[in-house]
Parts: sequence; structure tokens; C-alpha cells
Amino acid sequence: MADKILYGRSAGFFPTFERRPGPIKTNMHYCPGCGHGILHKLIAEAIQDFGIKDKTIIIAPVGCAVFSYYYFDCFGISVPHGRAPAVGTGLARANQENIVISYQGDGDLASIGFNQIIQAANRGENLAVFFVNNAIYGMTGGQMAPTTLPGQKTQTTPQGRSVSTEGYPLKVSETVAALDAPVYVERVALSTVQNIRKARLAIRKALTNSIERKGFSLVECLSGCPVNLKMHAKEMNEFLDNQMSRYFPLGVYKDIADSRDPLQRAEGIYDPRQVKELLYPVKVADGVSESFRNPSRIFEAERRIKLAGSGGQGVLSLGYMLATMGKLRNFNVSWLPSYGPEMRGGTANCSVVLSRHPIGSPLVERDCNLLIALNQSSLDKYLPELKRNGILLYDESNVRQPENTGEQILYTLPASDLATQLGDLKYANSVLLGAVAVMMCDLFLDDDDKADFDRVFEEAIMDCFREKETVVQANIRAFYIGKENARRISR
Amino acid sequence: MTKPTRTFEVVIAVDECKGCERCVNACPRGVLRMGTHLNKLGFPAVTLTGQPCIGCGGCFYTCPEPGALTVIQHTTDPESEA
Repeated sequence: MADKILYGRSAGFFPTFERRPGPIKTNMHYCPGCGHGILHKLIAEAIQDFGIKDKTIIIAPVGCAVFSYYYFDCFGISVPHGRAPAVGTGLARANQENIVISYQGDGDLASIGFNQIIQAANRGENLAVFFVNNAIYGMTGGQMAPTTLPGQKTQTTPQGRSVSTEGYPLKVSETVAALDAPVYVERVALSTVQNIRKARLAIRKALTNSIERKGFSLVECLSGCPVNLKMHAKEMNEFLDNQMSRYFPLGVYKDIADSRDPLQRAEGIYDPRQVKELLYPVKVADGVSESFRNPSRIFEAERRIKLAGSGGQGVLSLGYMLATMGKLRNFNVSWLPSYGPEMRGGTANCSVVLSRHPIGSPLVERDCNLLIALNQSSLDKYLPELKRNGILLYDESNVRQPENTGEQILYTLPASDLATQLGDLKYANSVLLGAVAVMMCDLFLDDDDKADFDRVFEEAIMDCFREKETVVQANIRAFYIGKENARRISR
Repeated sequence: MTKPTRTFEVVIAVDECKGCERCVNACPRGVLRMGTHLNKLGFPAVTLTGQPCIGCGGCFYTCPEPGALTVIQHTTDPESEA
């Protein structure tokens, strides 16, 4: 006499659920009759049968299945609400061998994460998405979900869902199947044995697609929540098969996996050096020696610079040129513009931070070392943010000399007037850059550095206006005119 | 020469059952019924009626618990027994 286990506990689960807190280590935490348990068993069986335990990652959603990593004997990760497709995208792309399962409920997928799933589906990410649709928010106690049926009573729709006020149930399978990229979309029901067997095949099909790297598969599982829907097992199955299936028809919505070639994605680049070379093809990547990086005392501490003026004065470009100077010398820099919706007029300002160390906040709101003001209102607004011994540089064509500046150091020049003489008001920012050079030479640079320093500015101008040779020359000219005319206000 | 006979058996892990009654509804041969005693989890576990099982596995797939039900096939080969 020989005994054989025909159907029994799958080895796709852990033998005992040691990760689960509390004394119960053999059962799952789900309520009696919950559809999650049925689906878990089907997934575990498939993972075991396909031999993909050591490369499968199940993404647990926010919802009842948030603890699914207690159970599956494979990798698991919990992610923010609705963001499983985004994290799954990363997992699937970081290592193309990964089999990524995105296990999501209707609150997770159809509500807060609906855009995520649509975008991931549209990109055709290599994900197997198992979408549990039980027409209600289970974990939080039975509120209306996007998939709640019309007329269905829930905690938040005690009169029944009214389509005139709460809208219609969201048909996820139909929506995803309408996109071009997904290869397989099917809706199944975890109700009768017959339907569960169909679901089993659908799950295996979706995982097969993932293994063959065919792309995005979604299996929507109509699933029972007997506790929140207040139904017995029999009523639950009748609800799924008669009421839910009427609104959410079962069946295959899309299956084009056979006609698709396996996904070929470009290998990711993870080496920081290579990333840097790609992002900053300019000299930076060559590596800058420590002495070159530190031409002066100016960058001994973090420098926080605020530039403000009217839109169109070139405030943002001036900040960008200052940031570029730091960038070309391999400093950490940040450039944070802030401006109104209008292209000309209005006010504009930007924050520039240059530092030897990683920059915390790119926003310069106080403790400003250098304030560059191009109009009166900007000066009035930002002068209180300048440090006690900070430096103020302003355009005296537009701005009155401020009073009561204490120990602050003042530099000025008629930038707008000089720029107009040069032929275009747009050169005002390069003229101001000349004033910055004068200020730096006066305050920070030793004689050896001064000779070399103009080149730093020229390179920054060239970098900002690259491929526009005449513009570069005009701005460099403006820079030198600014350098000649800038002066420190002595008191 | 007699053919080998196959019989099937549902083995219930009493303390893993949550008493949801899904298997009782799913069984085509009335092999299972709800019990009256509460198990360690505090649920009335499913129990056997004595009707013969046909080994379809429906109860296993409809059960939401991983190991509450196991379906076993017994094969009796008269020749090897002799």
C-alpha cells in the first residue's frame, strides 16, 4: 500500500511562519474565509512548481496582505501605499533575472495607486500583478472602495453606493487591457472550485510571462471579504459569482504574450563614476586635484548665496554661472530657482549653495553669505536674511544704498547702465559677475590665485552659453567691464 | 489479475481550521461537515462525515489556510500485498 499526498501544504510557504509574532505559527492572519488565503496558496504553489523561490520578490501592499512576507518562502518587501508598481519597476530593472510579483488590493491599486499601476502597465514593466478586488476596504473596517458596486452598503455609504454622488465602480482590467504594452490581463473569481482552478491557471500564466520576460501581466481576482460584507461562505460565493461578476465580467481581456518578444532593456548604470561622466560630460569627471579645487579661502566654509531681482534681468542665469564655477572646480553645488509663471516681469530669485561637503538644504532663507540684489524690492525683502558680516552686492542703477548695514560689506556698480551702454540690458548679469570677481579678489584671494582667477569666470560663462560663440564673447566682455567698474563702498 | 485500488482521504489539521465552511460547500460528495467542538484557535473545525472522498482537491484549493486540509491517495496493489 502506497500513500501519496495529492494536495497539501505548499513548500512555497515557510514550514512555520516564524516571522509572524504571537504564538500561532502555522496559520495566516487572515479572517475565516478570506480570499487572500486562497490566492496566497495559488501563488505559493506556482512559485514552488516553477522553481523560482530564490529570485522571486513579492511586494506586499498596504492592506490586509501587508504581512504577506511572513508566509512566502521567497523575498518580500513592503512599500508605501499604492507604490508597488514603482518599486517593482526598480526591482525588475535593477536585475532582469528578478521575478517581481506586485500583490495589491483594491484600495492600494485602484485608489491611491491607480496612476502608478497605469504608468507601470503602459511602460510594460516585467511585473506579475495580482490585484485582489473585494469591493470594499477590508483592513480599515469596510468603507467604500473604488470597486464597490452600485447600491452596495458600506460603512461610508450606508444608503448604498449612489452612482450620482460616488461615481461608478472602477474597472481596472478593462482599463489596463486598453493599453498597448500589457501582454496579459485576465479577471478571475476566487469563489467556486471551478473558478479557483481558472484563477490558478491565470496566475501560472502571469508568472510564466514574467519568467519569459514578456512584460506586464495583471490578474484581477474577485475575492471575498466575508467579515466586512457580513456573509457566510455560501452567500459570499454567490455574491462574487452573481453580483460582482455581473459588473466585473470574468474572462481574458488581453493575451498577446505569444506574439511578443522578450523584453530587452538597456543595462542599468550603477557605477557612480560612470553616472557622473554621463550627467556632467564637462571637465568635472576628469577628477580635480585638491589644490585645484581650493584656489582660495573662499570655499573653506559653506557659502550660501541669494540672488534676487525682476524676471528677465538674468538673476537665474547669474546664479547658474556662480554654481557652474563651483561645479567646474568639483565642489558640491546647488542652484534652486524660484520665479513666477511669467517669463518677463514679476520677481525672480534663486538660491545657490557651494560647499566642500554634501549640501543639506538647497534653500537659502537665512544665514545668507552673499546677497546680490538687482532691484529695490528684492533688496528690501532679503537684506534681513543677510548674515551680520555678510556681503551685499547691488546694482546701483536700480537700488538705493541701504542704511544701517552695520558690519556688512557693500559692493556696488551701475550694472544696468553699463549693460545698456554695451547694447543690451541682458548683459547686466555678466557685468555683476565682474563685480563678484572684484569682491572675491579683494576679500579672499592671495596674489597667486588672482592671476588665474579670471579664467574660472570665463569658463563658467562658456559653460553656460556653450555653442553660442558670439554670446559667450559678449558676456565675457561684459564681465571685464563689470570688473573695472565695481567698487567697495567704504564707510 | 486484479487492478490496484485507489482510495482517497482528507486529513484535517484540526487546530489550523478557522471554520469558514468553504470546504463543506465545495465538496461534491459531502465528505465534510462543520464540527461542533472549538479548536485551539477558537473556531468550530470541520470534520468528516464518513462519505468516501474522490480526491478532487476542491476542498484544498478553496480552503484559505495553507495546511488545514491535505488530500492523500492510498494505492493498494493486491499482487504486492500477497
